[in-house]
Amino acid sequence: MTFFLYSLSIFLVSGLLALISKRSAFLSSFFGIAGCVAGCVLGLIPSIQVLLSGQGLSFSFPWAMPLGAFVLNIDFLSAFFLVPVFVLCALAGLYGGQYLYSYRSTHCLGFSWFCFNILVGSMALVIVAANALLFLLAWELMALASFFLVIFEAKKESVRKAGWMYLITTHIGTAFLLAMFLLMAQSAKSMNFMDWDKLEYLPSLARGIFFILAVVGFGAKAGFMPLHIWLPEAHPAAPSHVSSVMSGVMIKTGIYGLIRILSFLGFPSFWWGWTLLAIGIISGVLGILFALAQSDLKRLLAYSTVENVGIITMGLGITLLGIAYQIPVLTVIGFVGSLFHVLNHALYKGLLFLCAGAVLHGTGMRDINLMGGLLKRMRYTGLFFLAGAIAICGLPPLNGFGSEFLIYFACFTGGIPGSHNVAIPALALIIFLSLIGGLSIACFSKAFGIAFSGEPRHESMNHAHDTGWLMKIPMGILALSCILVGFLSPCLLPRIFQNYLSAEHLGILEKATFSLSQITIASIVFLFLLGILALVRSLLLCVRKVETTVTWDCGYAAPTARMQYTGTSFSQILVEFYNFFLRVKQKLSAPKGLFPEPGSFSMETPDLFQEKVFSPLFVRTGNVLCILHTLQHGRIHLYVLYIIVMLIVLLLWKL
Amino acid sequence: MNANLFIPTLFAVVFAPLILGIINRTKAFFGGRHGQPFLQLYYDLFKLLRKGATYSKTTTYIFRLGPMVGLVCVLLATTLVPFGGIRSFLCFPGDILLFAYILGLMRFFTVLAALDTGSSFEGMGAAREVHFSALAEVAFFLGLIVLAKATSSASFSDMYSSSFPYIWIANSTQMLLVGVAFFLVLLTENARIPVDDPNTHLELTMIHEVMVLDHSGPDFAFILYGSALKLWVLGTIFTQTIFPFRSGSIYLDLLFSFLAMIVLGVIVGIVESTMARLRLLRVPQLLVAAAALSTVALVLSMR
Repeated sequence: MTFFLYSLSIFLVSGLLALISKRSAFLSSFFGIAGCVAGCVLGLIPSIQVLLSGQGLSFSFPWAMPLGAFVLNIDFLSAFFLVPVFVLCALAGLYGGQYLYSYRSTHCLGFSWFCFNILVGSMALVIVAANALLFLLAWELMALASFFLVIFEAKKESVRKAGWMYLITTHIGTAFLLAMFLLMAQSAKSMNFMDWDKLEYLPSLARGIFFILAVVGFGAKAGFMPLHIWLPEAHPAAPSHVSSVMSGVMIKTGIYGLIRILSFLGFPSFWWGWTLLAIGIISGVLGILFALAQSDLKRLLAYSTVENVGIITMGLGITLLGIAYQIPVLTVIGFVGSLFHVLNHALYKGLLFLCAGAVLHGTGMRDINLMGGLLKRMRYTGLFFLAGAIAICGLPPLNGFGSEFLIYFACFTGGIPGSHNVAIPALALIIFLSLIGGLSIACFSKAFGIAFSGEPRHESMNHAHDTGWLMKIPMGILALSCILVGFLSPCLLPRIFQNYLSAEHLGILEKATFSLSQITIASIVFLFLLGILALVRSLLLCVRKVETTVTWDCGYAAPTARMQYTGTSFSQILVEFYNFFLRVKQKLSAPKGLFPEPGSFSMETPDLFQEKVFSPLFVRTGNVLCILHTLQHGRIHLYVLYIIVMLIVLLLWKL
Repeated sequence: MNANLFIPTLFAVVFAPLILGIINRTKAFFGGRHGQPFLQLYYDLFKLLRKGATYSKTTTYIFRLGPMVGLVCVLLATTLVPFGGIRSFLCFPGDILLFAYILGLMRFFTVLAALDTGSSFEGMGAAREVHFSALAEVAFFLGLIVLAKATSSASFSDMYSSSFPYIWIANSTQMLLVGVAFFLVLLTENARIPVDDPNTHLELTMIHEVMVLDHSGPDFAFILYGSALKLWVLGTIFTQTIFPFRSGSIYLDLLFSFLAMIVLGVIVGIVESTMARLRLLRVPQLLVAAAALSTVALVLSMR
């Protein structure tokens, strides 16, 4: 635990040092990165220790805060969430060093590094806090630190708008959490999590209300549809290493909070599982559909985060249904699958955002429709993006397949043979997960194929260059870990969960890990056969003539790069098919007449919920609240009158 | 290790190109022609393997990797599906998922290789491919759920085990419906009429053929062989669902399964001879119909 406290203090001190030395970009970057990496390494030690030994660590400190107590507790769940936080933040910190440095002449790096290290520290604190007040304080600190990181380029209006939207959404979520924590603390008569076990004896109505509050409150952070609207705005606006951390691990604190609260609430009602499953399906399917319709690379990745959170939530939903109907296979494998997906998503989404940042750094563009041919100019970034794309599509042999396999496996072996109560949700999950699988192949073949293959569609691609080593190494480590986790999952999962699950549950998990080990064998066979085939091909070709020419152009003499399929044209056939959900806006001014004027066509996919639900809602609310403007007119003497009236009212009330 | 385990893969590797020969001869019969030899695809493959290759200067290693990854994926898929009552080389609970996703990996790399050329034709083909196969995957999984429900297993080898004929008789309606759904998936995944026309020469209307326009030499041989194998593995799943015959003797079962594959070739040939290609906008409706058939089967098996 000492290491963990050291790590927290390193984050704070190095952040302050970076802030103090803000006049020198080099010094503040140095303090920021060094503190971030050192803190993360120190923090990893107790987390891994807890994961491997199964012995929880706790720490309490007398604190002069009313109702609050500085109680920290690292149990299995915390440790499991801490590992991806520390790993990804250390790598993103390293990457950010070089990424942010190019902004040194126009922006204050010291403040950004201060916020970054505070963000990392507060995420760790959220995950280990064992007191409701401490949790809320850390939660708020995390929200504020990430808000300031998002508005790094605050001179741009779009960035300010994105930050504003994030701030509002996250605080709406916090409002629900505040209500939930107060009600729970009142029922348990304590703010300490260790006394909250007795909440499970509450009537099911009360526990149901807590559940709903937790889903809304944590869902706003995790990005459940329709509370996801801040993600596609904030992720593209933030610097890429920040989007990587926010998307890879910060939104997972929402998942963590939900699981933590569920652990207090005891035996779940069956409708909890259905609720989470429905939220998961909606977020998953709509998330990937909206991702498909985007042409901004980082916006696409942000929507795909919504999709992956959907998959995690589907797994949690099936877990709850497994508990409610007492099917241990669903419970154990569904839960392990969801947690494994949390880890996997942190790795590959972190990687993909870093790659998107490298593309932005190298070309200055985020629009896929203008990219092309980057694989030749940015070899490493392209390779890493490819690894991330295979992983995120859930394709074997990389890690994404392992977690999706476990969730499917739970449904096929636990749900489908069971009674209708579990067979129907399992069925729904399988169908929608397979649809998500197919659509994510479409989405990421578009993202990789259009951006990295073909010919450059814009002249700025010609100056594209690969990034420096400080940015390449973190991406390389993440890509490598996607591959390693994919191959080693049958060894890793039983090792991690052996101290957490009972012997009976471990036996169930072993059936799934047996299948995973067979998949690893299949993957090794795959690589072996690929090697042989490559050898055969090169032997065949080394004695024959290999020519280089142009792509088949039907004999047309002057093809240009602009004739290529763009991202929008690639997704058009899909977008039209699913237009009922997407509501794409198209603007066409077709060329007319015998001597046509130039025509134009544009297509955009604004967020359905933001357009149709939240914007009208907030505009109406704003209009209603405008009535109160009459009270605020700027005349001081009337303000003084308000105060006097108020005082008299209070006096009369107390009399 | 039991050498029998290699038999399903061996049959696939040896006989897969023959099925295409049978399809072509059936089509020739309906067209009143003599048609090409049954072994034409074998000749084509050997010819292509002995040729050099031409690459576009736009392409990268993705383009060269695509055909190889595709072939290896489908080779791996043949080790997951039993044949003639013989268990597959790899069989474990959940191998149906690996099967579906390994074909997904094949598709991913085929699409990336197509986009790597920077050609609009290939972009069109790729977009259609990912669209249709996302729907086909749903229909396929729905069919798998029916099979998994009926047999209480999640592995092809356990589904098509020796007790499958009895299960089949008890659930014959569902099995026939799933069989039809699998047939539609097979036609889509293998780019056959009515979804795609393998013989057309118009790039604008094609799906699979247009994605591989730029491949040549050994790479193209890998692709042709890979598609033949894909037809074979999906065909074995279809034939085993529709014709559950077990005699108890390995040789008789193998012979019967092989004959069933030939029948499949003839059926595909008849469909291709008697139908026109659907308009591209109609293809999703076909796949939704396949999914609907599986759903009906599912409702029947869950009642």
